[in-house]
Amino acid sequence: MIDSKLSPILTVKELQKQFGGHVVLSDVNLIVQRGSIVSVLGRSGTGKSVFLKCLAGLLEPDGGEIRFDSGGTNTSRLRCSYLFQANALFDSLTAFENVALPLEQTTRFGTSEIERAVAAALRTLGLEKFAEYYPAQLSGGMQKRLALARALVTRPALVLFDEPTAGLDPPARHSVFSMIIRYKEEYDFTALVVTHDVSEALIFSDRVALLEKGRIYFEGNPADFAASDDSVVRSFGDNAITDSASRDW
Amino acid sequence: MLRLLQMVGRRSLVTVAGLGEFADFVSRALVAAPTARQLGKGFARAINEQGVRCLVVITIVALFAGLVLGLQGYYVLARFGSAGLLGTFVSLTLTRELAPVLASLMIVGQAGSAIAAEIGVNRNSEQIDALTTMGINPLAYLITPRLLAAVFVFPILTTAFAFVGIVGGYLSGSVLLGLDAGVYWSAARSSVDFGDIRECLLKALVFGLLTIAICCHSGFNTHRQIGASGSRAVGISTTRAVVLSSIATLASDYLITSFLV
Repeated sequence: MIDSKLSPILTVKELQKQFGGHVVLSDVNLIVQRGSIVSVLGRSGTGKSVFLKCLAGLLEPDGGEIRFDSGGTNTSRLRCSYLFQANALFDSLTAFENVALPLEQTTRFGTSEIERAVAAALRTLGLEKFAEYYPAQLSGGMQKRLALARALVTRPALVLFDEPTAGLDPPARHSVFSMIIRYKEEYDFTALVVTHDVSEALIFSDRVALLEKGRIYFEGNPADFAASDDSVVRSFGDNAITDSASRDW
Repeated sequence: MLRLLQMVGRRSLVTVAGLGEFADFVSRALVAAPTARQLGKGFARAINEQGVRCLVVITIVALFAGLVLGLQGYYVLARFGSAGLLGTFVSLTLTRELAPVLASLMIVGQAGSAIAAEIGVNRNSEQIDALTTMGINPLAYLITPRLLAAVFVFPILTTAFAFVGIVGGYLSGSVLLGLDAGVYWSAARSSVDFGDIRECLLKALVFGLLTIAICCHSGFNTHRQIGASGSRAVGISTTRAVVLSSIATLASDYLITSFLV
């Protein structure tokens, strides 16, 4: 699935984060290969979102190192986008304005170039007819696609997905992961997905990592995860594996 | 006694730290101005938010303030046989005190509360975090245009307030109570000098920067509200913004007046 010759786009070493003495991340190590889809699994409250926010620069790690392909550490997040669990769309801006925002604010593109790029992103995600709609006028799935359009319009090398399927029914969850696969090919990005949706993650990911007690407890391909005899891995994945087995993953 | 001292000391430290953090917030927002992208667009939106939308309420309040001043002033001055000084009374009261203070309180009530609530919602729904992840400076995008707009809007609306208020004084003093219009306007014109106008505009400028900064800061830090989150935190931020801005307006009014008088 992954070309092993590809270089890592993200390397996390001994990442630590605590809040008022409560250790959330104690020693997280992870390597993400360029062009892959890596899912970070874990129970609620194990620090998956904290991990992602450290990567995105929204939280300052207490220790450890985050290295991106640019070679910079911690603060260097070259061409990295973040898809929030609740989308974080600007409710006072239209769909068009939401997608245009990062281009207007971070590039030297002219108005016509921005209009072309935004129209293309909206068209790709099937939202061209809703350009003048406000986020509140769109359905949950359309909002998710709009957030993805905004994340992809700057052509990021790495996209961080925070619980992209939270609160969605099984068909919608499946379509979100399908969407990630589809646009990953089209936009050529690497995806790091934080989720507790084990069954979908095992189907769509190239690698899975299980975050448990502040560290990466398991890291490997989905087949190894499913075949693991480890009690922690099994207890986490049993239901999902049973569920997804019926879909011939 | 020791506990009381400890509590006072702790509160004082928290207050000083809060003031320092507020000063840092404002200075970072102003320093971000040269690097802010599409500042004109945000500035125009802020002018509309603070200026255009407040014009009606400013006009109405100024008119009634002038009407009341004219009415009260006429009867008080008439007791001493000085009704002819009504123009002086109304114009000086408005220019030196009431126009900057009332205009500021009105703008805070109308626009400041909306700013605090909007930024609070931006914070609660992770829109500010989204800006950060997109590589956009949230202060430059959300705060800088509003602070710059306040520098222009407050003096303009304060001037409008003073003018409409003086017209209100004329309506009650001359049109309703029969004071000669020439006497009123002559007194109003001749009594206001450059120093009064300077004081008026200086107050408007200070009130504008101070109150809009407080409203922006309150909304921006909605997530730090102790014991409240979500929509309740937004409500508390908004109330806090209006209360602190009103106190700041009156306190700074006293300080400026005591230095300039």
